[in-house]
Order: sequence, then structure tokens, then C-alpha cells
Amino acid sequence: MCGVCGCGQAEIDDGQVHGHSHGALLHDHGRGPAGVHAPGLPQSRLVQIEQDILAKNDGYAAANRARLAAAGVLALNLVSSPGSGKTALLTATLGLMRGRCALGVIEGDQQTSNDAERVRATGVPAVQINTGKGCHLDAHMVGHAMDALALASGGVLFIENVGNLVCPAGFDLGEAHKVVVLSVTEGEDKPLKYPDMFAAADLMLLNKIDLLPYLDFDVGACIAFARRINPAIAVIEVSALRGHGMEDWTGWIEQARRRAAGAG
Amino acid sequence: MRPRSNPVHELALCESVLELIEEQARVQRYTRVNTVWLEVGSLAAVEIEALRFGFDVVTRGSLAEGAALEIREIPGRARCLCCGESHEIAARGEACPRCGSYRSQLIDGAQIRVQELEVS
Repeated sequence: MCGVCGCGQAEIDDGQVHGHSHGALLHDHGRGPAGVHAPGLPQSRLVQIEQDILAKNDGYAAANRARLAAAGVLALNLVSSPGSGKTALLTATLGLMRGRCALGVIEGDQQTSNDAERVRATGVPAVQINTGKGCHLDAHMVGHAMDALALASGGVLFIENVGNLVCPAGFDLGEAHKVVVLSVTEGEDKPLKYPDMFAAADLMLLNKIDLLPYLDFDVGACIAFARRINPAIAVIEVSALRGHGMEDWTGWIEQARRRAAGAG
Repeated sequence: MRPRSNPVHELALCESVLELIEEQARVQRYTRVNTVWLEVGSLAAVEIEALRFGFDVVTRGSLAEGAALEIREIPGRARCLCCGESHEIAARGEACPRCGSYRSQLIDGAQIRVQELEVS
């Protein structure tokens, strides 16, 4: 594009190429009729956008959040790397919370509905989202999944994200809290290696702590690393398999649930 | 940089960029995008090369096919919650260079924005 007049270096009627001789401060628009651009030729110009790429997702997320608040439902977005025991933790949690309040689950995986089936086996309704090639859930997908789950006021919606510690950090789903699950088999420096997720989460669940005697895992260092990234992050140590710490975790949910129900 | 062979998350971001410029095409009345200027924070968890690759792929057959992608990288900045000093950071979780504290708040460098387009 011509930086002086913003014209599109268009060719004009008489077939003469637009001569750009700005060096001599001469801006020749050619010798066509009236010396102007031929009509209909494309004009290049600059358009200011200044928009966040995630703005669209954030808009859907805000709509989800408003729906959840109006319904008095607490939504938790569970994130972790694959194999952290997220689904086992979720089914154990559902087992403990069943009968206390309405529960629902949105399962995100690239493929299969295995996890939704594991959840349904506990008697809690679940909707599976398969992201295909996608590495994260987005707020638009979750909004549609919410249509299929009618949750009563005071209920809890668990959203189990795709196992991935990178991409889901940037995609707000409209949840009240992101909860990051880290298992002690993964290495205590994960919060430093994948800081975005730990920065975005309000709670870290340190899972599989029953395995600590067999591992060289420094719990104190792991928590210090997480707080270096996110000074406000809460931490609960749990074993979904053995039940350690599960009352602390369900107690945390209970408090958040009351806040959400009160706001609705 | 994280070496990754499958830039799926950047691909999703590129799809969002294309949606945004297609929406703007109706409002601002253009039919062709020649250049896209993006602002990408160094802490935005975006790999620039993956973003370029994804952009070429998703814009194929669109009004932005073949458009140049100009990326302005914005360094990360944090403000120390202890001494108030603001400083440049290469990664989250770095200590304050003045007082050594890790208690800090990110103030810049996490954004991914479309700034400007050259259109015709």
C-alpha cells in the first residue's frame, strides 16, 4: 500500500502503472480522466481492531456465568494433565456428595465417552463433549452441554476438562473456580513448568498422596512452587482411592456451593 | 519454547482471529485482508511459529488467504506485591529483582490481540 495517500497502487484506465515516485515528492496518479483512480478498483486501507482474540470465548463464558448465577449453581472447572486421577477423584467426590444436592457433570475428552459412562455409573447425569482434534473445552461447547443438564438451585456442576495443563488455562468456561489436580507421581516442579494453569486456578488438589511413601516427592516444595506462581492458591492433599482429605475437599465445595446458591 | 508437533491450541486461536476479521469485514466493508497485526504477550502460552502455521492453514480459501501476519511480541511485566516495583519477567514465578519476593501480580504480557488490519 502507498504509505502517503493510502491508495492501493491500483492500475488506472489508460493502462499506465501507477507511478510511485515519493522520493521526489511527486505523487502521480496517472493521466487518466481527471487524474483520479478508476472507480471500482480496490483501495487498501488500515482498519483498527484492538480486540482480544479470546473475546468471543469470554463473551460465551460471561453468558454461562450469568446463567449459572441466576440458577444458583456452582460450576467447577477441573483441569490437570492426563493420568492425574481426575476422573477417579470426580467419581469419588460424586459418591460422597450424592443426596446432598443436585449434581451434574460435563466431560471433555478428545475422543470416547468412557469418562461420561464412569460418571453415569455413579447415578449422576453426565454430558460428554468430544473435542476431536481440540485440546480444550471452550465456553460455547459448555453452554450447549449445559442445555442438556437442568440443575436445581444449590446444585454443583463439575466440568472435567481435557487432560492438558497448557491450553485450558486460557479458556474461561464461566466456572466459579478452576481446580487444578496434580498427582504426586508427576513431579513437584509442575507448577513451575506449567505456570499458566496454576496461575488461573483457585485450588490445587494434590492427589494420590497415599503413594508418598514410595516416591521422592517433596510436598512442601510443590506447594511453595505453586504459591510462587499464585500466592492465593489454596491447597488440599487428597487420595481419591483411599479417601484421605476428601472431607476437606467436599467441605471446600460445600462452602463455595453455599456462596453460589446465595448469589442466585 | 515448548516444542510441539501438534499446534491445536494455536489453531483454535487462529480460527478466532479469522472469525473476528470476517465479522469486521461486514461492519467495516472490506473483502480482502492483506496484513494482520497481532499483539502477542510472551506469557500468553502461544508459540509464534505454531500460530503462523495455523494462520496459513485456517485462512486458506478465506478473505485473508495469503495475508501477511505481523506479530508484535509484548514482554511480560509483573508488579511486586511486597515492594511495589514493576519489572520485566521472562516467565511466571520469577522473583522480584529488587526485594526477592515471589509475591507478584502480572500486569502485561498475557494478551493475544488483533490490533490492526490492512484491507482492501
